[in-house]
Amino acid sequence: MTQAPHHTDVREFHPRARAAIADPKIRKNFRKAMDGLITKRKDAFEGWDLEALRDLGANIRLRALANLPDLLEQLEKKLTENGVKVHWAIDGDEACRIIRDICVARNAKTVIKGKSMVTEEMELNHYLDDHDIEALESDLGEYIVQLAGETPSHIIMPAIHKNTGEISELMHEKTGTDLSSDVEYLTASARQQLREKFMNADVGVSGVNFAVAETGTLCLVENEGNGRMTTTVPPCHIAVTGIEKVVGNLEDVVPLLALLTRSATGQHITTYFNMISGPRKPEELDGPEEVHLVLVDNGRSSIYQDDELLDTLRCIRCGACMNHCPVYTRVGGHTYGTTYPGPIGKILMPHLIGLDEGRHLPTASSLCGACGEVCPVKIPIPDLLVRLRQESVDGDKLNPAKVRGHGAKRGTLEALVWRGWSWMHARPGAYRLGTTVASRLRRLQPGKLGGWTRYRTAPKLAARTLHERMKERGQ
Amino acid sequence: MNSRDTILQRLRERSGGKLNQPECDFSVLERPSSSVAERVEQFQKIIESVHGEVHRCTPESWIAQLAGILSSRGARNLLIPAAHQIGQALRDSGRDDLPELLIYDEPVRSWQAHMFNEVDASITSTRGGIAETGSLILWPTPDEPRLMSLVPPIHVAVLEASGLYTTFHEAMRVQNWKSGMPTNALLISGPSKTADIEQTLAYGVHGPKELIVLVIE
Repeated sequence: MTQAPHHTDVREFHPRARAAIADPKIRKNFRKAMDGLITKRKDAFEGWDLEALRDLGANIRLRALANLPDLLEQLEKKLTENGVKVHWAIDGDEACRIIRDICVARNAKTVIKGKSMVTEEMELNHYLDDHDIEALESDLGEYIVQLAGETPSHIIMPAIHKNTGEISELMHEKTGTDLSSDVEYLTASARQQLREKFMNADVGVSGVNFAVAETGTLCLVENEGNGRMTTTVPPCHIAVTGIEKVVGNLEDVVPLLALLTRSATGQHITTYFNMISGPRKPEELDGPEEVHLVLVDNGRSSIYQDDELLDTLRCIRCGACMNHCPVYTRVGGHTYGTTYPGPIGKILMPHLIGLDEGRHLPTASSLCGACGEVCPVKIPIPDLLVRLRQESVDGDKLNPAKVRGHGAKRGTLEALVWRGWSWMHARPGAYRLGTTVASRLRRLQPGKLGGWTRYRTAPKLAARTLHERMKERGQ
Repeated sequence: MNSRDTILQRLRERSGGKLNQPECDFSVLERPSSSVAERVEQFQKIIESVHGEVHRCTPESWIAQLAGILSSRGARNLLIPAAHQIGQALRDSGRDDLPELLIYDEPVRSWQAHMFNEVDASITSTRGGIAETGSLILWPTPDEPRLMSLVPPIHVAVLEASGLYTTFHEAMRVQNWKSGMPTNALLISGPSKTADIEQTLAYGVHGPKELIVLVIE
């Protein structure tokens, strides 16, 4: 599987984090953006019974997951009736091959893309490039990131790590636009550059926000219109989605849409909510003649097996957990080195790349709980982080480890210490003796405890044990 | 076994057993009933907050108002539906202050470059609107194809005030969408925009720079 961005070693989290924290520009760009988004989200839910809405969102996602295989079959049946061809891919490589085969069958040389995180997950652009098919991103943020040869640093705002000056220089260098701090000029230039590309593209590739089984409808949420262009102008449209994105009924999209746009960018709704149920009919004058849907598993059916980890699949990819994360805000999206950064990435990526490679992800958190509090579908992200921490040192007896690469962080010394700890705590005599001895030898306690005391003073052992003090009080 | 069957089998034979299906209580989406005037007011407030423009018209006044709006923008032409009464009325109006009227009656491939580069404005009907989110409901048809509301820099949409619903949920239920969806259905809630460059809003990034709603009361 090829999920990690091809040039980044996910395990090198710490050096990247140190570098990011030392870079005032990155910190400023993220801080400014995240503060704005936090305020906008709060304002957008004004007047709503947010808890009831989040409950509804969570229950809709849970109900859809409970029926997942049936809904996927229903979706396939409905879409097929509507004239959409449905494909299934066990992993990212297979999904890439399916898309290439469609392109080859149509003799397509250029692909224009709407925003899609699942195609980032499977590195579609890279793959198509290797097979002589040009893939061009059309979402402005993605376009900028692609010009820079980078990966998105945020799932909703891919180029949030760059400021206007950097983007202006990049566009000047790569596309010949004038150097300018006028965002309107830069945007208009990108519009002009991409209009030609839309007209000439052989295939449009997009993601999917919700796939509705009841009617066979693919829903896309966007502001720019590039998603509509991508799914309307080229003669062939390929939509790509993870298998978990399906919902049962058309009305299910209403609360999910209300939650998604408000949580993501603090908008009541995005400019476009695009619902696609089939290719162009003979009497229609535009729209693609051919529509495909690629359903990608890529580790999702493994996550689906476990009652607790399953909650990860509720995600509607709003990015609110990132916007509110004190770690993400300081280190930025690229530090994680994963397709999905921030809290959701920390609980999703270990499944996709294994806990061996993703060993530092679950610990890149202060467990402050903000992500869980703002999640529109109530994913208990902090609980899942704790679970994955356990799995990375091999779980406990009640929750046997399941994630690939579990136990990667297990150290013999640490395991021994904890075994001794649990042995002592199960034996009152040994516990009393141990704590008494420790309190008597407290002067031998080291003042420095490695990383722990870099910013803290070391805790001091008490002169007398709790048992002794309770005895003195006559209890 | 092919990938489809492998995936479905893995999901069906879930090691954690069958999952419970929670009840879904949609009552949080319900809103108190409101008058048409209140809905128009709410719609206008919300869509204007995202840079949309609203003109309140009557069945008699809208063509004159449209002519004024388009001439103030210097629009050279206007793409109109061929069969819909909006197109009919414009053609029958005989006004000389309207720009050149264009009709989209051929498959897009044959005149794509012209549409992308030369058409200044378009006008379409709507299937109603949503007051709570300031949204227009469009179901493109052969008479009003998808690109009409996307490619020209100015999109004018005609909305009957009586077609305003309070919420998306209500619109979908009353119009019984689940009984059959068109190839493409849209909610449009403002002009095309982006904040991808340092969160600075810019309009007209790929779609129309301006969205002008004529509310017919």
